[in-house]
Amino acid sequence: MIKVQAEDFDIGAEVKALTEGRTDIGAIVTFTGTVRDGSADNPLVSMTLEHYPGMTESELARIEKEANERWRLQGVLIIHRFGELKPGDNIVLVVTASRHRQAAFDAASFLMDFLKTNAPFWKKETGPDGANWVAAKSSDDDALDKWSED
Amino acid sequence: MSVKFLYFAWLREQTGIAEEEVALPDDISTVGDLIKWQRARGPEFESAFGQDDVIRVAIDQSHASPETMLAGAREIAFFPPVTGG
Repeated sequence: MIKVQAEDFDIGAEVKALTEGRTDIGAIVTFTGTVRDGSADNPLVSMTLEHYPGMTESELARIEKEANERWRLQGVLIIHRFGELKPGDNIVLVVTASRHRQAAFDAASFLMDFLKTNAPFWKKETGPDGANWVAAKSSDDDALDKWSED
Repeated sequence: MSVKFLYFAWLREQTGIAEEEVALPDDISTVGDLIKWQRARGPEFESAFGQDDVIRVAIDQSHASPETMLAGAREIAFFPPVTGG
């Protein structure tokens, strides 16, 4: 399931909604990405997330489908927020559920690596001296590459 | 051919455009051609689209590469490398 929203999410409630009444699940992995503060000389005041409505949902659905093809998963949830966020706020939640833990661990990691390099979101950081768009990291591309080796 | 162009993040800010309808010349066949054509549309386009290693393009909401053909595109989006998550 995919949710793209401005509102915050409650991790416990989301996991419960995904798994309630299920007896076929043996492992649940959650990953939460949050807004990090800046450095002492360049503190972060806020972060604004822009996205491409329509393509965001279709890319996240494509990533979810890819994970379901690679691993036997009992459930997948991706929530990504947009709009203005403050340090400490939630940005993204990935929940994977499987019968055994390895599929859930691997799929959650894969989903985040794919999301980071494919989902059309852009972060703009505002500090005391103004705002800057965050540059993409080559380490994110490297993280993605490891999934194409096998 | 009339196509909807969308711009995101600093490409939107530098061009001053979020969305526009553009009549594309027939001799533009690939994404690479299109980026070159965008560069010639004015000083703000020249500076924004001059940095072609950080320009990404999506055609009808799917990621494209410089070799991707534009034929039949209805919506073309321009944006920097994504930074979500």
